[in-house]
Amino acid sequence: MVSGLINANPIIYEKKERRSRTAPTALQDEYAVEPIDQQEIFDHIRDIKDPEHPYSLEELKVITEEAVEVDDQRNYVRITFTPTVEHCSMATIIGLCLRVKLMRSLPSRYKVDIRVAPGSHATEAAVNKQLNDKERVAAALENPNLLDMVDECLAPSYY
Amino acid sequence: MAESTQLTRHIESYVDASSSSPSLQVASLNAVASLVKTDVLPLEALVKELGMYLTTTDDVIRARGILLLAEVITRTESKPLDSATIHSLVGFFKERLADWRAVRGALLGCLALIRRKSVLGIVTSTDAKAIAQSFFQYMQVQSLGQSDRKLCFELLDCLLEHYPDAITPLGDGLIYGICEAIDAEKDPECLMLAFHIVQSWAQLYPESSGLLATYAKDVFDILEPYFPIHFTHPTNADTPVQRDDLSRSLMSAFSSTPLFEPFVIPLLLEKLSSSLHSAKIDSLKYLRVCSSKYGAERIAKYANSIWSSIKDILSTYLGEPDFSLNIAPADGIGFPENEFVVEALSLLQQLIVQNSSLLVCLIVDDEDVNIFFNTIASYEIYDAIPVQEKKKLHAIGRILYIAAKSTVTSCNAVFESLFSKIMDNLGVSVSNIDSSANGDISSSQRVKIGFLYLCIELLVGFRELIVGSKEPALQYVIEHETCCTMLHSFSSSLFNAFGLVLAESADRCPLDPDTYIGVKGLQILAMFHSDVFSMQKSIFENILKKFMSIIIEDFNKKILWEAALKALCHVGSFVQEFHESEKAMSYGSLVVEKIVEFLFLDDIIVPFSLKVEALSNIGMTGMKNMLTSLQGMRKAVFANLSKVHTDLRSSEIAVQLLECYSCKLLPWTHENGGSEDFALQFAVDIWSQAGNCMVSSTSFEEKGLLYALMKAMKLSVGICSVESQNLIIQKAYSILSSRTNFQLKELERLPLSPGKYNISLTDEWIISLFASVVIAVCPKTLIPNIRVLVNLFIVTLLRGIVPVAQALGSLLNKLVSTSNSAENSSDITLEEALDAIFNTKIWFSSIDILQRCNGTSNGKEIVLTDICLGFANDKLLQINAICGLSWIGKGLLLRGHEGIKDITMTFIECLIPGTKSSLPFFKDSLGNTEEQIQDPLVMKSAADAFHVLMSDSEVCLNKKFHATIRPLYKQRFFSSMMPIFLQLITKAYSSLSRSFLYRALAHIISDTPMVAVLNDAKKLIPVLLDCFSMLTEDIQDKDMLYGLLLVLSCILTEKNGQEAVTENAHIIINCLIKLVDYPHKMLVRETAIQCLVALSELPHSRIYPMRTQVLQAISKCLDDTRRVVRYEAVKCRQTWASMSSRGLF
Repeated sequence: MVSGLINANPIIYEKKERRSRTAPTALQDEYAVEPIDQQEIFDHIRDIKDPEHPYSLEELKVITEEAVEVDDQRNYVRITFTPTVEHCSMATIIGLCLRVKLMRSLPSRYKVDIRVAPGSHATEAAVNKQLNDKERVAAALENPNLLDMVDECLAPSYY
Repeated sequence: MAESTQLTRHIESYVDASSSSPSLQVASLNAVASLVKTDVLPLEALVKELGMYLTTTDDVIRARGILLLAEVITRTESKPLDSATIHSLVGFFKERLADWRAVRGALLGCLALIRRKSVLGIVTSTDAKAIAQSFFQYMQVQSLGQSDRKLCFELLDCLLEHYPDAITPLGDGLIYGICEAIDAEKDPECLMLAFHIVQSWAQLYPESSGLLATYAKDVFDILEPYFPIHFTHPTNADTPVQRDDLSRSLMSAFSSTPLFEPFVIPLLLEKLSSSLHSAKIDSLKYLRVCSSKYGAERIAKYANSIWSSIKDILSTYLGEPDFSLNIAPADGIGFPENEFVVEALSLLQQLIVQNSSLLVCLIVDDEDVNIFFNTIASYEIYDAIPVQEKKKLHAIGRILYIAAKSTVTSCNAVFESLFSKIMDNLGVSVSNIDSSANGDISSSQRVKIGFLYLCIELLVGFRELIVGSKEPALQYVIEHETCCTMLHSFSSSLFNAFGLVLAESADRCPLDPDTYIGVKGLQILAMFHSDVFSMQKSIFENILKKFMSIIIEDFNKKILWEAALKALCHVGSFVQEFHESEKAMSYGSLVVEKIVEFLFLDDIIVPFSLKVEALSNIGMTGMKNMLTSLQGMRKAVFANLSKVHTDLRSSEIAVQLLECYSCKLLPWTHENGGSEDFALQFAVDIWSQAGNCMVSSTSFEEKGLLYALMKAMKLSVGICSVESQNLIIQKAYSILSSRTNFQLKELERLPLSPGKYNISLTDEWIISLFASVVIAVCPKTLIPNIRVLVNLFIVTLLRGIVPVAQALGSLLNKLVSTSNSAENSSDITLEEALDAIFNTKIWFSSIDILQRCNGTSNGKEIVLTDICLGFANDKLLQINAICGLSWIGKGLLLRGHEGIKDITMTFIECLIPGTKSSLPFFKDSLGNTEEQIQDPLVMKSAADAFHVLMSDSEVCLNKKFHATIRPLYKQRFFSSMMPIFLQLITKAYSSLSRSFLYRALAHIISDTPMVAVLNDAKKLIPVLLDCFSMLTEDIQDKDMLYGLLLVLSCILTEKNGQEAVTENAHIIINCLIKLVDYPHKMLVRETAIQCLVALSELPHSRIYPMRTQVLQAISKCLDDTRRVVRYEAVKCRQTWASMSSRGLF
């Protein structure tokens, strides 16, 4: 990457502390149900790496926990992300990463809606449309270069 | 001659670095060094031999030659040298310092010579001075590489350390040289040395010397940029220098001379306000060390600004104190750890110790403090104080605490000024204290919670000052100090004030800081050492009474009650620990005895569990209190036992008391070296009681009391010595023989006929209690009349009384065998006992004995093992017999006795009839019996018998109860059983047999240590998988399933097991896929998925075909009900999905 960083010097924010959860103990109730919630989905996507920088989307405040809306009953998730700069051409890649990650992490009953935060991107409508078009997403994933890029962003950091 | 050619070869191989390998060079060097060391080759001869190498014009060779000589000298440090040699060597190396191409050798040579020990011949100071001069003349330190620079610094450091007198006269030259050398150094290792050089240099000259003063500024200018140390190297173990080392080293350089003061302190004060974490922390640390080194006088002028910085830091970083008594320290108020606060407070303490009058003036006259005193006066409830004021309150509290605990003078001053002010505010002043002798704060007076909080901090500080002053002389001094006299006159007022807080806060919400303040205040007041500060006895007693009234009356205010109990415990431990005899008396009569009486108060209102809790906690404050509590407990237990028949509630109470006795009091007493007398007494008493009251029982259906009694009995017996155990068992035996309906004599007559006896509930109780004594005794203890006991146990175990079977197992485990009968003291050996158990005929009148029993008897007499095999045609009897036999087997297995073989064969025979004849080592009996499948329930209990055999039991046969345990017995059993089971499983024709064989094997595998299982991984895997499919059928088996799954996961992750896994990858994966949605246990699902992740590490060709199946199964798990499982599923899916891309490369 010699030149052409879109946002050469992004602001790094502190990571949110990982909350530990109290799972119902086995003795209490073996059959207790823990529904999928906001924090769980946020945990899935917080560690996705930014395509440009060696920081996670959380550190760049591209996504926050509040930007995840989930309705477990109606099988619906909506993620609103905020690109670091308005003309960020990486927005579609970030969106694609989010979609792929959730595709791999959520049960198939969910409908996932991914959009750019209103007013945070120059071509907001186009990006939103592109990200939620099933066929275009599928086509994008057929492209080996794109897929490599996505996989790199999704590579688990704990390896 | 041969030697010299060899020497030449060594030298050449070293000098000619280009043609030989580094290891060869080291070898040659060592060879030469050892020649010199062993005096085969004098150093002079070596120099001559080197000759040309040292002076040649070829730079590379000259450098290597000189280096060789230097290295040899370094390695022969312990060889004595005469002064002429040293002098000429110094001359040579000193000259060579000028030769920049060969400088490494020269530096190393000088260093080796300088470092020599005096007895072996050292460099003269003239020579040292010459080296220094030559060094400063020729060396351009900063132009050298890192390792050479390090050598330079080492040389300088050594010179300063070993020859200070020789180089002091160098004066200006020395300081210029040093400055030049260390200026702009960046390597951590070199910096460590550089800082040390500055430190040594500064200590070289007296403070008055003008030279130091002249150059202090210049030297400091070089040091200044390094503060605070900023270190970007990774902080792992292999970096030689850590940030902390550097920081400490720089700190000693900073504090090396007071002449740095005008530069250092302003710098540190400036950095204190920096936002950089390390700068702040380091500034505080440096300030503390520097002020101790620079002396009070020099620091005095900065006191003001340091004080205000400390205040700032405290108000910013001090957290909310922890107002819960459970985790708070025994004395003092617990604050969350914060580095800044800790450092700031220790700096403050250092300053106070150094110059207490000045600092106390600063504190007392501080405007903030005074304003704060006015505002805080208006708050009555802690939670009403605004957050900002609270912060100030905590900060000032901490400051007062430090001021009180630092020195006697500061403590006095703080007490005189602030404490009296606080007391004024509380409505008690020195003037009116005399008039109202008891110092009453009238109840119309308002509580001023802030001041009380400050009082606690002050008292805690004062108390620590006293505790810290160990010398009696100082204690004497304190006794007449102002602070003491003041506290004396105010103590009763303080008591009243804290009491008032408690009274007011008692009705408020739980977790009230006010409660905490009240309790804590009283507690601290009670915890002053009486030899230094003798408080009036009445106040101490009043405090105890106050707490006790809370314990007795306020049981429904949980927080307050617990706080009071905790405080009482702290006071109790303090009194015991410091041998405060007078206070101990009061404590004993006012607290311990009251608590004991409390047990007997027959009011229904106070929950009994609270009473027991109070008793056990108070008892654990000291051995003396414990003994009193134990006595009380005993009385209460027996009082309740005696009315068990009439009063149902007293049975419950007795259970609670016994539980507390066995789980808390007894272990505590044992661990803290209490005597066993009590345990002995208790056990004997239970027996007397058993003799007295259990005869006519009506309400003994309640088994809880029996279990509690048995547990208490076992533990008591377990901790007694052999002599006491003998006493107990004698007593028990006499009760057993006199009180039961059994005629023990009759049991000697054979055959046994269980049908004859009618075992009443009372009998069952007494026999069970007796069994628990037998379970817990040592092997050396004499058990009377074992023969009869064995018969008694057999008869009763057939009735399904499990403790009896356990006792029989323990008995067999501890009996002495014939082989070493010399030390045998009991009337029966192990072999005889075994014979009695397995060959005693048992006679049944009512049961039809199966025809297949071989015809030696009259058809109604059979032995125990035959019952197990179902010859008596009574299912219940058979199950009881199997259960009994399993405990007997456990006793034998633990000591490694051969008899276990027969017993396991009996179980196996139950599982799959006809085994004995088919296995090669059991050819003798039962050759022609027709094979008959047993009842499933019987088979299940036979399979579960293996669980009894292999698992560690809490109730008997363990270390606590003196069992004989052979090392590795589980591993042995496992490896002997494994082939038998594997063979049987393949042969079993009925699916029922096979499934119970699997069950038995599953028990064995999951209880065996993993290491042993791993060795047989290959053979085990197919069996394990079959076990899984068998165990998934019944919900009851979910824990067993989990245990086995853990074994599999262990095999998967272990190197040893992987080979076996690779072969069976297919079937393992298929089996795991079935387990990932096992609905009845979350841990099973989680572990199964983790196993799948582990399997993805296997060779690609093996597992790739399974990929689709795994992914399909896992995608279902993404929707699992439990979060943990979903997380694991995501991870698993990721690993298996990414496999395809891995395959491409």
